[in-house]
Amino acid sequence: MVEQDGATAAGGAPEPIPAHRADYLPILLVPLLAAVALPLIANPVTWITLTIAALAMGMMIFVIASGLTLVFGLMDVLNFGHGAFIAIGAYLAMTTLIPLADWIQADQLALNLAALGLAILVAMAGTSVIGWAFERVIIMPVYGQHLKQILITTGGLIVAEQLIHVFWGGDQKPMPLPTALRGAITIGDVAVEKYRLLAMVVGLAVFVAMLLVLNRTKLGLLVRAGVENREMVEALGYRIRRLFVAVFVAGSALAGLGGTLWALYRETLTAGIGSEVIVLVFIVIIIGGLGSIGGCFLASVLVAQVANYTGYLAPKVALASNILLMVIILMWRPQGLYAVVGR
Amino acid sequence: MADALLTLEGVHTHIGQYHILQGVDFAVPRGAMTVLLGRNGAGKSTTLRTIMGLWKPSRGKITFEGREIGGWATPDIARAGIGYVPETMGVFADLTVRENMILAARAGAPDAARLEWIFGFFPALKRFWTHPAGVLSGGQKQMLSIARAIIEPRPLILIDEPTKGIAPAIIDNMISAFDELKRGATTLLLVEQNFRFAEALGDHAVVMDDGRIVHRETMAALAADTATQTRLLGLSLEAHG
Repeated sequence: MVEQDGATAAGGAPEPIPAHRADYLPILLVPLLAAVALPLIANPVTWITLTIAALAMGMMIFVIASGLTLVFGLMDVLNFGHGAFIAIGAYLAMTTLIPLADWIQADQLALNLAALGLAILVAMAGTSVIGWAFERVIIMPVYGQHLKQILITTGGLIVAEQLIHVFWGGDQKPMPLPTALRGAITIGDVAVEKYRLLAMVVGLAVFVAMLLVLNRTKLGLLVRAGVENREMVEALGYRIRRLFVAVFVAGSALAGLGGTLWALYRETLTAGIGSEVIVLVFIVIIIGGLGSIGGCFLASVLVAQVANYTGYLAPKVALASNILLMVIILMWRPQGLYAVVGR
Repeated sequence: MADALLTLEGVHTHIGQYHILQGVDFAVPRGAMTVLLGRNGAGKSTTLRTIMGLWKPSRGKITFEGREIGGWATPDIARAGIGYVPETMGVFADLTVRENMILAARAGAPDAARLEWIFGFFPALKRFWTHPAGVLSGGQKQMLSIARAIIEPRPLILIDEPTKGIAPAIIDNMISAFDELKRGATTLLLVEQNFRFAEALGDHAVVMDDGRIVHRETMAALAADTATQTRLLGLSLEAHG
């Protein structure tokens, strides 16, 4: 056998192992954007408040978008019906909280969190089951047909919204925050809303949990491999369809969690909550790079920063600002901030 | 053929409106290397992909170890014991070499002794064990792709043009690896354009043209028959270099 490892230079000495250079450039966009906003906002206290609000909003968008980006990455499925899981999750949580009003109104953090935890559990369980049924009935017949996916999943979203009207009524519902999570913690002149801190903690916990699953478990490795080259995953003997259903159900559950967090953030709830946020969610998964969890996390923060800063500086262009952000980023990196290799 | 591990009988494959395989018939004898030769576009890669279930045969019969696998899904075909090294190598660039191997070892953690045996042929994989496969050179990616296919003993391995664009020294190591696999009773079906490589390893030669099998004989006989090589493969003496 020839002593050749494919990494030997002409002179016989082994070539140095090429360093795997981590790409930190997109991460710098977050502090850069904050730095650009500071002189425009002028007031540092307002700037800090807006930045914290952006981080909290970013975490909530990430929770909603993370499942969708994996669904898109793994099976090329465009699911506009994701908005239905956001809305249904929020309504299920609200319904669970009604009989727990005493726990919510008690001035005890433990009781408040127990009620919230239960509501989140019901929301996630409910959206998991609905997600599973949605995949079987709506998504499965239109694999590989993008136009039909857009039409049928948008139709699914509309039907879901109408069903919410039927079951819960069309009026705006209150979604009050638990007592201990109302108000703000004051640090110097800066008031940080308690609920925003909680949203940040939940979002970060979801991100870390996803990273651990994706990097430390065989299931996670299969998801990452499937996003890159699903044909090869099948050729290695794995049934990617089952994997996809599992990811779809998990993504639906996360949408239910995100919907609950979002409704509590707004403290009101309407059947259109899902369609309102779904545009931002699609901007996030496109900017982040389809199928990339790291990209999705970063893009969520960027989108929330732009929404909050422009909402304060120029409310009339706030809606268009994230479209502009998407255009700029795609001109810089057409595959998104962290493109998945092989896609 | 009595001792055939895999047989294809009248296999047709359509890709969209194109009729690529037009009645492919051949058998792959157990424990030997069969080399599928032919000009570009003859249908060699499509044949391997059809065996793996990546393209569904529109007609015909594919039998592996006595079972008809023609309509099976790809994962079931892989689980039946067929390894596949695609022309594109198919390594997961975002995953490390180690993670690629973990996924290839379906039964559990990769066997340490088998890994050392593989490292003997492809030492670069040991050096780059914790590196993302995306940083590997083309030759190293090919090593990884082959290593994934052989990390667990499989009765049949399909390999699509493993020498394409690969340095000669690495090709020598591939020859050693495939030779040992053959001695260990693994059956190999190889698509190859490099006649030197095919000649060094092949036991049986099957030549394709225009989606059909046009010639079958032993590799030794084909290697000695330059007229047939020129006629069917367009090979000249230089190609043997």
